Amino acid sequence: MAAFSAVKIPPPQFTTVRSSSQRPGSSPAHFAHSPSAFNSISFGSAKSVRSRPLFAVSSDVVSSDKTKPASSSASNPAVTREVALELYEDMVLGRAFEDMCAQMYYRGKMFGFVHLYNGQEAVSTGFIKLLNQSDKVVSTYRDHVHALSKGVPSREVMAELFGKATGCCRGQGGSMHMFSAAHNVLGGFAFIGEGIPVATGAAFSAKYHHEVLKQSKPEGLDVTLAFFGDGTCNNGQFFECLNMAQLWKLPIIFVVENNLWAIGMSHLRATSDPEIWKKGPAFGMPGVHVDGMDVLKVREVAQEAIARARRGEGPTLVECETYRFRGHSLADPDELRKPDEKAHYAARDPIIALKKYIIEHGLASESELKSIDKKIDDVVEDAVEFADSSPLPPRTQLLENVFADPKGFGIGPDGKYRCEDPLFTQGTAQV
Amino acid sequence: MASLQMAALLSAPSTPVPSDRVRLGALRLSASSSSAARNGGALVVRSEAKVSGGGASARGLSLITHAVAEKAAAASSADSKPGHELLLFEALREGLDEEMERDPTVCVMGEDVGHYGGSYKVTKGLATKYGDLRVLDTPIAENSFTGMGIGSAMTGLRPVVEGMNMGFLLLAYNQISNNCGMLHYTSGGQFKIPIVIRGPGGVGRQLGAEHSQRLESYFQSIPGLQMVACSTPYNAKGLMKAAIRSENPVVLFEHVLLYNLKERIPDEEYVLSLEEAEMVRPGEHVTILTYSRMRYHVMQAAKTLVNKGYDPEVIDIRSLKPFDLYTIGNSIKKTHRVLIVEECMRTGGIGASLRSAIIDNFWDYLDAPILCLSSQDVPTPYAGTLENWTVVQPEQIVAAVEQLCK
Repeated sequence: MAAFSAVKIPPPQFTTVRSSSQRPGSSPAHFAHSPSAFNSISFGSAKSVRSRPLFAVSSDVVSSDKTKPASSSASNPAVTREVALELYEDMVLGRAFEDMCAQMYYRGKMFGFVHLYNGQEAVSTGFIKLLNQSDKVVSTYRDHVHALSKGVPSREVMAELFGKATGCCRGQGGSMHMFSAAHNVLGGFAFIGEGIPVATGAAFSAKYHHEVLKQSKPEGLDVTLAFFGDGTCNNGQFFECLNMAQLWKLPIIFVVENNLWAIGMSHLRATSDPEIWKKGPAFGMPGVHVDGMDVLKVREVAQEAIARARRGEGPTLVECETYRFRGHSLADPDELRKPDEKAHYAARDPIIALKKYIIEHGLASESELKSIDKKIDDVVEDAVEFADSSPLPPRTQLLENVFADPKGFGIGPDGKYRCEDPLFTQGTAQV
Repeated sequence: MASLQMAALLSAPSTPVPSDRVRLGALRLSASSSSAARNGGALVVRSEAKVSGGGASARGLSLITHAVAEKAAAASSADSKPGHELLLFEALREGLDEEMERDPTVCVMGEDVGHYGGSYKVTKGLATKYGDLRVLDTPIAENSFTGMGIGSAMTGLRPVVEGMNMGFLLLAYNQISNNCGMLHYTSGGQFKIPIVIRGPGGVGRQLGAEHSQRLESYFQSIPGLQMVACSTPYNAKGLMKAAIRSENPVVLFEHVLLYNLKERIPDEEYVLSLEEAEMVRPGEHVTILTYSRMRYHVMQAAKTLVNKGYDPEVIDIRSLKPFDLYTIGNSIKKTHRVLIVEECMRTGGIGASLRSAIIDNFWDYLDAPILCLSSQDVPTPYAGTLENWTVVQPEQIVAAVEQLCK
């Protein structure tokens, strides 16, 4: 049974992709395996457990003909005009915002470690634009664009990056800790892997609200997306959470943004079996590999995975093959990646690909797209102006959010709670 | 099963036992039915309010739901003492049960908390009562299920995460430090983390080094975390309830050797303050600050000291972070001498922090240097003799007070 039955999958072609040398430079790898392929390998336990779909699907679903790239039949676009423009605008926002971040960083407006998302926009847009407001997103330090896609205003993100009091986290989080309660962005985490359990908890909470608190919604369970990279897939927390999520059938999707590099460590040098999607079936959930440079393919896979989760069928592991056009962070000289690898992926720029698709399918004109570009430029400019003119956090803010209940600072020598000390609100109290 | 449902007081004490004193005693089993227990001179420790007379059916049913309902039953018994007697682990369970009854978002997560009832039986029976999702048996993945607790706390639940032994929580240190302590702050106050992290810790009886860890010092520096240590059934229940109701992340330290302490606690509902210390024995000559198991060594030493003519004031600080400087300060202003007795290691321990807080705030009131008795900076040895020398013993406390009061 196909893991993604709603999607039309071409007859399975069994190609062994064990050798890592097939990664970039060669033709796009096919990770489709037929069930028989699995049976022939002695994954004894894989067969003996309940009839879970255990093979991975390569989602070349937008174009039914794998040999032809995105320009398939012009009469059959995969998305409506509205959706196409929404996706285009979101990706352009992500790109323009990150480019502006680089500028601002080099001009000394933001500091520390800033990790930019250029090149990976299709993953964020492809997934997050399908979510409802009450669905949750959990990310890593490369989180600006996830926050933007989820709906956090550019002004708030930029102000946070500038460390201003009007930032989404009052300037207390910074680049790597984007949070928004209003838009259900649960972070922004600096240590890789530590967001995955938090995401698992949010998914557990969704299930708990449905089953224990009986607060069900007509559309189904609230879904949580956990974004993380290839390096994280060698971390214990990843595996522990795959187990728990599948065990309790939590409504979570593990989205791997495999950009092949963890700072300077190539995925192939760090991982015994580089095909990350395979780790899903090992825990009993579907593992899917998708071309992460193609927003429509990502969206198709995301649709199915989200629908599964909402129905209570449990988690999915989605490996998105993607690439970051810039270094790991703005401090990374990016000397180890080869030019031909960069060129290979630059040629697959997701924004250019979608633009081409839109024009070829007559969904919008060039000038309409250009006006979206211009609109986004204005949005980003406005965000910078807002951030620039916003105030820095005052001293009074220093102690305010350490505890949700500031009685946690304890009782002072005079018998009053420390937080009742007038100096507390000035940020200068002894605590 | 039978070991935990009912324990009856089989013999009346020769002198009345005030509820703030605790007797160390073994659990005594009652083979009698609940009705016999109620009508005889023996006291009902715990029974369901709904039990209607039949004895055998009473056992095995769910735990006490509302302590208030007990008043009627207790009042009708021949014994007129108020309250009910129970062991410390039962008090923890009672507190947890009451909070779970009161608020459906309170849930428990941990290894063997559900079907097994908890390694020290603190959660026994709760899974039957509340279901497998509210009392969640997790796989052995401390870092991840603690993180899961944090994620669910951020999204509307109030989880109680149990470390089967506090030492196991070292595996969860990433989540406790980075996420538990920090996320309220780094999110600019957008997300609160009303989680309780609890478990048995401290030096037991020859459990070996890794099961005998004293973790108070490891967690105390984490900003954003509150830490409390319970020591009696009364404060165990009260602190458990307070920790669950708190909007802050709270680490509740229990001690492996204190779970079978018996005490009579009130029937009516009570919640203690997380930030306050407890006056155990008022006195004039010296302030002894302690917590958890060492409280009992101190009280034992206090008997000797009283015989020798000293009058120690004993305070169980209870709140390891933050310190209750009011209670502590008032005591120091009275006695001018301080002895700290803790089970923590000497280096960077609670005593070290307490000492520096006292110096900062009450230097002028001190007539002598602050003495601090901590356990040795030694991995807890297995051998009984060595283990005894690792922790502070009453003789050392007596000697320290004598030195302090010279």
